[in-house]
Amino acid sequence: MKIIIIGDGKLGYNLAENLSNEDNDITIIDKDPEALKKAGEYLDVMCIKGNGLSTQTLLEAGIKEADLLIAATASDEINMVCCLTAKKLGAAHTIARIRDPEYADELEQLKTDLDLDMVINPEQIVASEIARLIEFPPAANVEIFAKGRVVMMEIKVTPNTTIVNMSLNNITKRSNSDILIGGVLRNDSVVIPNGDFIIRENDTIYIIGQPAKVVQFCKYIGIHIQKIKSVMIMGGGRIGYYLTKYLNEMEIKVKIIEKDPERCVELTELLPKTLIICGDGTDESVLLSENLENMGAFISVTGRDEENIIAALLAKQYGVKKAISKVNRAAYSIVIDKMDIDSVVIPKQITANYILRYVRGLQNALGNPVDALYRIMDNMVEAIQFTANKHTKFLDIPLKDLNILEGILVAAIVRKNEIIIPHGNDVIKADDNVILIVKDKKLTDLNDIIESRE
Amino acid sequence: MNHRVIFRSVGTVLCIEAACMLPSLLVAFIYREAAAVSFAISIFILSAAGFALLSIKTPITRIYPRDGFAVVALSWIFVSVFGALPFMLSGSIPSIIDAFFESASGFSTTGASILRDVESLPKSILFWRSFTHWMGGMGVLILMIAILPSVNPSIINIMKAESTGPSPGKFVPKIRQTAEILYIIYVLLTAINVVLLLAGGMPLYDALLNAFGTAGTGGFSIRNASISAYDSVYIETIITIFMFLFGVNFTLYFMVFKRNIKSFLCDEELRFYLGIVLSAIVIIVINIYNTVYQSVGESIRYAAFQVSSVITTTGYATADFNTWPVLSQIILILLMFIGANAGSTAGGIKCIRVLLLFKIIKREIARINHPRAVQTVKLNGRIVDEETLSGTMAFFFFWILIFSLSVLLVSLESKDLITSTTAVIATLNNIGPGLGMVGPTGNYADFSVFSKAVLSICMIVGRLEIYPIMLLFVPSFWKRSSI
Repeated sequence: MKIIIIGDGKLGYNLAENLSNEDNDITIIDKDPEALKKAGEYLDVMCIKGNGLSTQTLLEAGIKEADLLIAATASDEINMVCCLTAKKLGAAHTIARIRDPEYADELEQLKTDLDLDMVINPEQIVASEIARLIEFPPAANVEIFAKGRVVMMEIKVTPNTTIVNMSLNNITKRSNSDILIGGVLRNDSVVIPNGDFIIRENDTIYIIGQPAKVVQFCKYIGIHIQKIKSVMIMGGGRIGYYLTKYLNEMEIKVKIIEKDPERCVELTELLPKTLIICGDGTDESVLLSENLENMGAFISVTGRDEENIIAALLAKQYGVKKAISKVNRAAYSIVIDKMDIDSVVIPKQITANYILRYVRGLQNALGNPVDALYRIMDNMVEAIQFTANKHTKFLDIPLKDLNILEGILVAAIVRKNEIIIPHGNDVIKADDNVILIVKDKKLTDLNDIIESRE
Repeated sequence: MNHRVIFRSVGTVLCIEAACMLPSLLVAFIYREAAAVSFAISIFILSAAGFALLSIKTPITRIYPRDGFAVVALSWIFVSVFGALPFMLSGSIPSIIDAFFESASGFSTTGASILRDVESLPKSILFWRSFTHWMGGMGVLILMIAILPSVNPSIINIMKAESTGPSPGKFVPKIRQTAEILYIIYVLLTAINVVLLLAGGMPLYDALLNAFGTAGTGGFSIRNASISAYDSVYIETIITIFMFLFGVNFTLYFMVFKRNIKSFLCDEELRFYLGIVLSAIVIIVINIYNTVYQSVGESIRYAAFQVSSVITTTGYATADFNTWPVLSQIILILLMFIGANAGSTAGGIKCIRVLLLFKIIKREIARINHPRAVQTVKLNGRIVDEETLSGTMAFFFFWILIFSLSVLLVSLESKDLITSTTAVIATLNNIGPGLGMVGPTGNYADFSVFSKAVLSICMIVGRLEIYPIMLLFVPSFWKRSSI
């Protein structure tokens, strides 16, 4: 697909990297030659220096033949106008990043008015991701499928869990719960396990199933789950704001620590029910005076990676059960993995996953729609959800009779109100949501999972 | 500096060169020549060396700019050395240095020859000689990028190092597609050229070889008297036009293909190039009419061919400009330095750099008038960044420096002034024939081994626009952790 990205910032670059790796033709437009230089040297993309608002530049970038335009400049308004111009010039689809909370309530209206195909609000997406982690405290990572009816949780196997040195067959037999272990990360290599696979200490496992069943399973294996009731958020930026809103909906008490007094005043207006503390979150005395040690969770989402990490470590030091840290630089996550921080969220990766899902969906416009796409285990594995429909070539055939390619696992089938963890005799029917775990492949269509007979 | 990645890439290039010898082998079979054996042996040696280098394993695939330069420089040196094998093995050119000179001259699309009697060589050897022009014209590594199945993005650094011009780049997002498009345009133009030459009654073999020489702007001829041997106005016109066309930036042909005729016609470099060609033809016609040729038509015919041949750095000849008046000779020498467009198959400094240098001079003069004025240099309505400008100036100085040093080295053997200087000019700028002993009717056979080596290096340095080869002489470039 021909994709034009306007704005070569953190998000723009990350998108270009991910999308060009999936064999799309990417053109990046930016005003800053320095930013373009990096993209030009490290990525297989074309860079054009210019203003994304100008018709001339857009035409030069080949807007007429473009399948998709993504506007990701720093300004919401520029993004909107870019998309509007692009549509007028003939771009097939447009995506705008609009992140100002002021617009947040009118997004649907804006979408229709500006003829946008998708609006992304990275901060909101990140906030909802963090909220999910709070909902399922033991998980280092949670992804949802089929509108939350199926979840996938990432859990680290510690020595005191009951499943260490047990084979999967054994585990299912004993726990008698309807879940599936869809992937295991052991010493940086990825395994899609079968029944004989034996779980060892320090494995990271991915459990898929209905939320209640997954929680039940966690209890069974000896992971204690206590509902989080209070959260301290460090950083009152946009993520902090959206996150507070989500947590309030979950009836969790929130305390925000923000450095900037002016922002604090703003927040009191935006979030009247929330306690806003003006102070430096890396300052131990501030945290302690706000009785950090009694908090259910600590979340650091300031603009500075280093402060986020240090503050989260401090919180862990004082006995907070769950510490989540936002990190902008993906490279840091390698270092953080070895630290005592429960979860790390990388905004640009979460956002890129959202857009990748949309792009994959565009690529198979005629086939089976992509409903969800998550990349897990350092992007080595994808969890992807398709809806089966009349274009699916293998409806109503038992899975054991299908010649499913290696490295693909049918993890769950969602049929109306029923959630099936599939076995050999189960079939896929039209309108089913099918959740797949895929290793080393990039699926764009459900039909790609079986060996094609051509 | 990642030596493993570099040598792996060189290995790929050698395998490609082996594959490129297959057509010559076929020609040897068709004409039942004994040279077939020498091609078979060369292909064997090349693939053996190529696969040996390919067996080097490395987990790293990233190619940094310095690696790109190293790959290009080493590939070209290796390719030239191995390209000399058929000449030596077949006994056509027994001396090592002569064979290397001929091979370097072929790949760098110079067209300078040490052969006194071209016509006595086997046809397959001549085919290989001209085919090296065709490969070298667009670039061996660009061919590699175009045919390799998977390409990592950092390979752009190889492409940048091999392409000509101040700021080479892609014109479609995918680097591999860019390389493919370049070769498609190249093959198409060459094919049209062959067909038109066939239409002029030229035999297929001659048409192919002359088209290779034209396309790569090389200039190896298969006749002792070069193109004048055919003595046909039609053939000369076709070759004149095609030499000019191959001197145009290939990106512009892509614009035409995308129906963007406006940017083709309004391209400043193209206009500059056309302007130089036309004014040079007019001045030379005025200069040689009545002094050398008796009719206006004849003057135009010879002037146009020679100008087109020299500015595109091809080096075909239909007239011995050694006998022309001094004014015409000086104009031709200036054209040799200028060369054609960046992004074409031509050598020389390139029109775009000369144009930029003129604009810089203009700005310097304007600065005296208005010391506080903010002035930017623009090309095609866009600001050229200062980095490119200073790069261009440095390049010009470097070019002149290399030229002077080479003249100094060649002058050690006390040939006359004109021969020594024009030999360097003609090799550094990849033209082929110069003036004096190396004029259109002469050749490079009489130079000493040392001078031949210097001139061979000049040719490769000129084709790769100095930096890659010069980098090889920097000691820290070879260190694993260069500081």
